[in-house]
This record gives sequence, structure tokens and C-alpha cells, in this order.
Amino acid sequence: MNTYQAVRDAMSTILTKDDSAVVFGEDVGFGGVFRCTLGLAEEFGRERVFNTSLTEQGIVGFGIGFASMGQTAIAEVQFADYIFPAFDQIVSEAAKFRYRSGGQYNAGSLTIRTPTMAVGHGGLYHSQSPEGFFMGASGIKVVIPRSPIQAKGLLISSIRDPNPVVFMEPKILYRSAVEQVPIDDYSIPLGQAETLIPGTDVTLLTWGTPVYHCETAINFLNAPPEGLAKHVPESLRKARVELIDLRTILPWDVKTVEESVNRTGRLVIVHEAGKTAGAGAEIGAEIQQRCFLRLRAPIQRIAGWDVPNGLAYEKFHIPDPVRIMDGLIETLSY
Amino acid sequence: MASLATLSRRAPRLFRSLTRSVQTVADSTQPRDAPTPSKPFTVRLHDDTFQGYKTEPPSLDVEVNKDLLMDMYQKMTLMRRMEMAADALYRQKLIRGFCHLAIGQEAVSVGIESAITPEDRVITSYRCHPFAVLRGGTVKGVLAELLGRQDGMSNGKGGSMHIFTPSFFGGNGIVGAQVPLGAGLALAQQYTGKNDVATFTLYGDGASNQGQVFETFNMAKLWNLPCIFICENNKYGMGTSAERASANTAYYTRGDTIPGIQVNAMDIIAVHQSVKFAKQWVSDGKGPLLMEYVTYRYGGHSMSDPGTTYRTRDEVQKMRNTQDPIRGLQKYIEDWGLASEDELKAIDKASKSEVEKATEEAKSSPIPDMNDFWSDIYYKGTEPTHMRGREREEVHYF
Repeated sequence: MNTYQAVRDAMSTILTKDDSAVVFGEDVGFGGVFRCTLGLAEEFGRERVFNTSLTEQGIVGFGIGFASMGQTAIAEVQFADYIFPAFDQIVSEAAKFRYRSGGQYNAGSLTIRTPTMAVGHGGLYHSQSPEGFFMGASGIKVVIPRSPIQAKGLLISSIRDPNPVVFMEPKILYRSAVEQVPIDDYSIPLGQAETLIPGTDVTLLTWGTPVYHCETAINFLNAPPEGLAKHVPESLRKARVELIDLRTILPWDVKTVEESVNRTGRLVIVHEAGKTAGAGAEIGAEIQQRCFLRLRAPIQRIAGWDVPNGLAYEKFHIPDPVRIMDGLIETLSY
Repeated sequence: MASLATLSRRAPRLFRSLTRSVQTVADSTQPRDAPTPSKPFTVRLHDDTFQGYKTEPPSLDVEVNKDLLMDMYQKMTLMRRMEMAADALYRQKLIRGFCHLAIGQEAVSVGIESAITPEDRVITSYRCHPFAVLRGGTVKGVLAELLGRQDGMSNGKGGSMHIFTPSFFGGNGIVGAQVPLGAGLALAQQYTGKNDVATFTLYGDGASNQGQVFETFNMAKLWNLPCIFICENNKYGMGTSAERASANTAYYTRGDTIPGIQVNAMDIIAVHQSVKFAKQWVSDGKGPLLMEYVTYRYGGHSMSDPGTTYRTRDEVQKMRNTQDPIRGLQKYIEDWGLASEDELKAIDKASKSEVEKATEEAKSSPIPDMNDFWSDIYYKGTEPTHMRGREREEVHYF
């Protein structure tokens, strides 16, 4: 199964078991621009899977209202870049509904799905990673899966989670990642990072698409190809890198990261969003406070540049394996 | 010259239509048959009470009865007394922060409540105190909330704009943000097959220029949602008059394909009739309706606005003296021989003492429990491991 099929499978599972669930968004009725809702309208009816007008703020506000009546709302914002018109509804309404009503109302059964991160040619308004903007919005959760199995399990958890969730799907993985996804109903817990490769010398923390670039970077470091070999000191080639996929960006799994950094003494954070005030800034600040005496090198952030994501420069904009490898070397040899 | 002539010929008509659109007389309704305290009777609203857009306006003949009118009177006086108490508490610096009062606009909330059921849903803007009481809350619950106390309807966590009941989805601090939520509520009603119920989504003349209001109109009409939009036009969006903020001040016409009704919302009988009309509209499966309630607030936009820098004191005084919704209803009740002035005074007095009692109870309510500082952020049991508090050492572990 591809990631987009896994996402569809998750929604199909929910629609089958939860009569109150509806799926709506721009063009979801005919399958959505990434085919994530393909055939759902035919299978479950057009009253349950329907197109909205092109109105992001309206879609999210509408979803909050629907969810606050105890119904399950699965809203799609067509690109994470289009989530900004809905920012107010997410931050002011969805995140705070429970608190400001003293627990009487909430938008917990609302999940907002949105494709995120770069595809290589999305340009300014189709390749951004806005997860960092939501980090201060206590009351919502932000989840980013890395693969089809993860996408299905995390999406089911997100929909059933009694808090509103922004579920960001790395769009390049819709078709490039294939796994044997269980067709059953299963879930993967939110708020828990996963250690993909155990290591002892440096912690490499990331989420979404860059998980794969990080894996490549580790391979480059351990066995550099000919062109790169002269940049990788012999002494570092045996370094054991611990790779962690954060999975839930808000609230993030401090414990797992803290435990890892206390062992390795080094942390490199990789994300596609710009470096300044990206999610890595918050994580780095928190970890340096918790692990200050254990750190053997400054926390390193390998991120997008602080410039708009220009079409022609996209490949240079996002952190690629070489930049990540360079960051690892710099941190390891500090 | 020809065009000038046309203009001068049109001018009086234009002027007339403008004066018609600000019809806010509170006591112009006349009895059709002889009113009696014992059985229902019919009254006729003023000819200019309603204007229709893409629909016939509601009938001007309204059936009322003594109990209904007396109930309205009691509730309106209670609402005014409550808002006056909030005003006083604010001036004593006991209520802090933001506080928007609905003094002068009582016919809107009480009139709507008089014709809807607990199954209907209401969501409104920050000017929300009366609805919170009328839809199942208490005066004490509202005042305690404004004071930030434990007995407040949101346990003191919300404050003025954030008060809810099971059928009232609250005030809202963001101008216009409640409007798409209202459409979502209406969809849930439609989706769960609840016919004959509606969501009443209120916003102000100021909010009417927000983009998301138009986004919502479109979705509501497209999906034929049982959503009654009510634009409470109190003639000033904060400190800017409607004419200076809106290119089209006929708010009932701004739903494009959504039919609209303009209502003189200083006359509570007109409000009652319009809500009955709206309920029937939804029951007939006609989908959304946009009603403009022309009303007036006596105070400022919020407590920090004296309300006299953008309008004259004379204007406010004139509205108070001649078009007050409570005095208008009082006149009906007295003129139609349903109750004496003394009986009405007794009701007003009872409202006053009820509010006084509630004020004292609210004031003696404890400060919220510190543990609630951390609750209701995430669903219990799904919180992050900890949250940072007000100072370095204050970290709460869930």
C-alpha cells in the first residue's frame, strides 16, 4: 500500500465503524488532489464524503461546529500552505474550546488532514512545513507520519483522539513509500517518538520526509561514497547515530529525546521548515535545559533556509543527506 | 439636465427608503381584536416592521397572550438588571478585562428565546450574557464567570465572552468566528435527521464584513442547512457607524441567494414573530435565512468605550426615551389592560432583588481551584507529560 492508500484505508475504517463520521474538504468528493479519498464518496455516500467550497477558514470553523455536537469531523485542507486562512479557527477556536468553556464543549472529534513538506517542485505555496507555527497552541495535537503503516495507525489514533488534531501528511511520500499495511483497524499512540536506529554517539531527531534523508546521511557517514569520502574523517565513520522519528510534534515526546541525548551527549535536529523559530528551536531549547551538563556539543539544527521556498531553489532549500551528514560531522567533531 | 431631473425625482424616494430601514419604534403595534388577559388575541405590527429580500416578509398579524408578554417583560427586566450589575461590578474594578453589555438590545435575546425550543441551538458573539441565562444558565453563573470565580458557568476560566449551556454554544471573542461554527452545528442537526430544529447564528453589523461570514453563507445555502443567520445591527461596529463601515448597510440583503428579512428589533413582538417565521422556514425545508435585527446599544461597545465619541449623547438619550424595548412592551401591557403599572413595577423590583442576590452570591464564590489552571486543555488522560506554569519552578505533571 502507498501512503495515500493507507490514509484512505484509515478513513474507510473510521467511516465503517463510526456512523457520525464525515469527510469533507476541497475536491474530496472525487478523490482529492492526492487521491486520498478516492472512492470514499461512492462507498459511503455523498452525504458523508462531500466537497466544500474553496474556503479554508470556513471548512475548519464548520468542522469545529460539527465536532462540538459530538460528531466526528475529518476535514481536509488541500495543502498545508493553505492552512493559514484557517489559523485563527484552529488556534483560537479548536485549541481553546474545551478550556474556555470549562470543559463543557470541545472540538476533540475534529481532525484536520493536510499535505505538507516539499515535493521538489512545489514552490512557494505548495512545499512549506508549517508545523512550527502550531507549537504554542496548547489544546491541539500535531502529528506527522513517515510511512504508510505509520500514516494509517497514526491517522486512526488522531481521529479517535479526544482532542483536535492537525494531521500533516508528507506529500512526496504519498506515492514513493510502499509498505505491507495491515488492513485491520489498528492504531499507533500519539505523543510517542520512535527510535528507528539505536546508537550511542549522536541523536538525530526528525519527522516526516527527512527521516529518509537522515537514513541516507547515516549511510554516507558510515560508508561514504567516493566523492564524499574526503570530507568524512576516518575517525567518525564508525560513529553510531541514533535516529529518532518524533511523529507527534505537539505535544512532543520530551522523555524519549531527553533520555537519548543524555546517553549520546549530542543532538542534531532536522526539519524542512525554516530554522528560525521552527519546531527545532523549541526542542533544542528544552533539551539544552534538561541535558546541559551532558551535552558534548551545541545542539545543531539542519533546516530549511530562512527564505521563501523559491521554485527553482527547492532542492537547495530543504535539508538533503549531504547537509545532514555535514551537520553530523560538525557535531561529532566539535 | 435630464439626469439631474431624474436624480431630484429619485431623491425623496431614496430618503424614504432610508428612513424605513431604520424603523426602531418600540411601541407601534396595535391590537386587532380587544385584548383580554384570559385568552390569546391578535395584534398588528407597524407596516414598516419587516422588509423582505427574495421572500415575502412575515405576517404583520401576531397572536399573543398575556402570559407570553408578561414572561417577556420579566426576562427583559432581569437581563437589563443583570447587565447593569455587571456594569457596576466593572466600575468597582471587581470585573476585569473585557465586558460587552447588551443594554438596549434585550428584545433580541428575549424575543428569540420566546419562540425557540431547547432543541434549537444558538451561537453568538461576545455580547452573550443574556443568552447564557435564557438558555439554561443563571444570573449568578454569568456574574461569577465575569468575576472569574469558581461558580462561574465556565468555572471562571472563560470570562465575559466565554459562557455556554447545553443548547447555547457560547459567545465568542473573535469577530465573526462563530459564524462558520453555527453552520457546522446546523449540519450536525441536518446530518442526524433532526427536522424542525434550527441553529440561530448571531453576529453584529461589524462582523458582517468578515470574510468567513460570506464563506459560511455560501456553504449554508449550497447545502440547504437549517441555519438562521441573525445580523444584530446596533448601528455601530465598535466605534464606526454602519454607514462608514459597510458599502451595503441593508444587511438582510447580503446573503446573495439567501433570502432575508429586516426586523425592527426594538419591538419584541416583531422579534417574536420573525423567529416563529424562521422556525417555520426551517421546518418547510427552505434552508438558511438571513435576518437583520435593527437594534441599539445604549452603552459603549465594551466597558472601555464610553460610547459617546462617535455618536451624540442626544442620540443615545433619544433612543432611550422614545424607543426602549422594555418601555415599549410596558406600554403594550398597560394600554391593552393586561396588567397595571404597579404589577409591572413589582416584576421589575423582583428582578432587581434577584440580581442583587445573585451579585452577592457571585462575589462570595471562591477563586477557582488552582488545579483547574491545568485542566481542560487536553482531554483528561491524553495530556502531554507536563506543562510549564507561571514561573520557572512551576511545572505541572499530569
